[in-house]
This record gives sequence, C-alpha cells and structure tokens, in this order.
Amino acid sequence: MFRKPNPASGIPIYVQIEEQIQHAIETGALMPGAQLPSIRSLAETLVINPHTVARVYRDLENGGVIEIRHGLGAFVTEARRPRVRTGQMRSAQKLVRTAIKQLKALGLEEDEIRRLVDAEMFEHETTSGR
Amino acid sequence: METILETDKLTKRFGQFEAVSNLNLRVRKGSICAFLGQNGAGKSTTLRMLLGMMRPSEGAAYILGLRIDDEADSVHIRQRVAFVAEDKHLYDYMTVQQILRFTKSFFPRWKDGLENELLQRFELPLDRKIRKLSKGMRTKLALLLAFARGSEFFILDEPTEGLDPVATEMVLQAVVSLAVDGATIFFSSHQIAEVEQIADHVLMIHNGKLVLDSPLDRIKDEYRQVQAVINRPVQEHDFKLDGVERVYVDGSTVSLIVSHNVDAVMDRAHELNAISVEVAPLTLKEIFLETVKARL
Repeated sequence: MFRKPNPASGIPIYVQIEEQIQHAIETGALMPGAQLPSIRSLAETLVINPHTVARVYRDLENGGVIEIRHGLGAFVTEARRPRVRTGQMRSAQKLVRTAIKQLKALGLEEDEIRRLVDAEMFEHETTSGR
Repeated sequence: METILETDKLTKRFGQFEAVSNLNLRVRKGSICAFLGQNGAGKSTTLRMLLGMMRPSEGAAYILGLRIDDEADSVHIRQRVAFVAEDKHLYDYMTVQQILRFTKSFFPRWKDGLENELLQRFELPLDRKIRKLSKGMRTKLALLLAFARGSEFFILDEPTEGLDPVATEMVLQAVVSLAVDGATIFFSSHQIAEVEQIADHVLMIHNGKLVLDSPLDRIKDEYRQVQAVINRPVQEHDFKLDGVERVYVDGSTVSLIVSHNVDAVMDRAHELNAISVEVAPLTLKEIFLETVKARL
C-alpha cells in the first residue's frame, strides 16, 4: 500500500509518508479503525529509519488522524467521516482541474506547472513557520 | 540518551600533516549515523583510530564508555563492536559454511534467524570457498558475519560499495532491522542517496575537521537555496548574515546557500527590493558539494 519515498525529492521523507497515510485514509484505502503497520514493519518495508516512522506516527497522533494504543499498535481514528472528505476531495479536484486548464492556456508546460506548484507550496510551508 | 561513541579533541598527525584535527563527535544509542567526507578527508584514519589499529596523536575516544587507546578496553571494544571495512579479513580457504560456523562460535548472541534470512537473500552458496566468491559476494558475506553477531554497535566502512542496487537495498534493509532492534550503526559512505534514505544523523569531515554535525531532519528542515532577482548592484557582503554559507552573484540573480535562518535572508532580499525571491530545498548531495567548496 505504501510506496518507498524519494529521499532526494526535497520533500522530507517523513512528510512523504505522512501524506501517503493521509491519502490512504482519505481515499478509504485505510478505513477508520484499521490498523497501521508496526514501526518495525513500515521501516523495514520502506527501508527508512525507524525514527522517521516513529515521528510520522507521533505527528499523525498529534493531529488526531491516528491513535496509538499501548501494546497494540497504531489505528486510524474512528472519528473520521469519510463521506465529508470525499466531498471535499471532489471540490478540490474541480479546482485543480480548472487551474491546470487555465495555466495551460497561458502557455505553461506540465513540468513548469508542477515546479510552480512545488515552489508555492514550499514558500507557503517556509513562511508559515512549519 | 546514551552515547555509544564519543571523541574528545581526537587528532592524528603524520609528521607535519594533520590528517584528523580536534575531532569532537558523538553518536547516540539507536542512531544510524553517517560519516561523510571526500577520499583523503580523514574518514579512514578516524575509523582506524576508533578500532585501535592506529594510535591517536592527541585526544581521546570512547566506545561504549571504553577508551580506544587502552589495551584492555580495546579488547572489550572489539568483542562488543562489529566492524566491516574494505579489507575484509576472510579466510580464503574456508567455505561460506565453514566461516559461518567458525565465526558463530565466538558470539553467544548470534542470531540464527538473521543468518538464515540473509544467507537466502544474499544468495550465498554455502559450499563455495571464499577465494572463489566475487567481490560483491565477499562484501555480502562480511556484512552477514557482522550483522548476525547480535552486536550493539556496528561500524561499517562503505558497506554497499561495489554492490548492485538489489543487494544494496537488502543491506540497507538489514541495517534498518538492526536499528529497530536497538543497535547503533556508524557508517561511512559515498552513496549520498542511501545516507539520505536511512541515516538520522550526519557527520561530515573535510581536511581532517568536522564541518557538519547535525540530525538529518534538521538539515532537511533548515538548509535552503534562495534565489533572488535584484535589479541593482549587489555584492556578497550585502548578504553577510548568520546562516549564509555561500553567495553567488550572476548578473541580477543572487543565489544563496543557507544553512539556517532563511527568514532573515528573505527579509534582506526584500529590503534590497528584490523583484522575486524563490526558496527551494537542497539535496544532501548539494549540501555536501557546497560545504566542501566553501572551505577550499
């Protein structure tokens, strides 16, 4: 279910994994109450540092996305309402589709659009003091 | 957090030449710590001192609290630390099976499960004599002999050198498993991508001195490349700020390598009426190349 992260992408590995897990939850690949792999298992499967996995699970727990039950493992929190997320995803998809159409109409190539988005997100991340 | 390896002003001189200068480093328990540096920067000399193969000129180092320059302590170190280097001392006349049995006998905490798993994955032929193994197989065997030992500390000198991508990934996976089990790994490498993948701490040595000592997360969070387009004459000293490692001025474009404090750098660019300011992350390779350049 989880893809090996790209260490040289510029996006920190822990961010990549957090996003993958969030995405899995949003799309229903991981349902509420589902158990996540153990830290060991995820670290060995993705071949990344176990501290990174620990950090990911801590961050997600702080964000209320997962809960760590002592001795049992990490589980997706039950409080999520997938239908609402799906609705938001659909609106988001429409926004992105329109934006891409408009940027292409301005003459931008696909990789230029990607770079622009990455740069904007990065600047947003940096200036919002993450 | 327990310290597994600690050096205190560790120095090695060969006549007038100082190969290692005043090295102060610390490796914490459970860390996968990478030791980077160009060839001739002092990595091997440092490792040789740590393993008791070379006496320091000055300073001290402690592994698991034991002194590297004390004979009795040194023996204890070698019992508890597994070391794999390029000159892998393997008995050429033995078969893989024989050297496994031979080595196993010295280590009561030998991990049979790991031995079998790695034997299978590395596809090492039990009946073949070591002198008939390819270089890659010798490397894999040497690593297996170390990993299965159940040691608490591993010092690996370029562990994946000469290995194909599949074998490399297996080795990295084995290192991750060791770390999950609580071992500490200190490895030198030229494969920066691998370092980025599994290390949590990075040490960089250049001309015998420690030039970078940081958790990898902090490097990723704070190192940035800033590009500003400024339509008036700009000089390097306009950006003489804390955190700025390098400044390149090319026409109206100013490129900066920043190790921390990027907000202040962006503020300065805006003060200078920059028409655009872009911030981008840096790969560890770029940071390595820039760090080495800055100190020529």
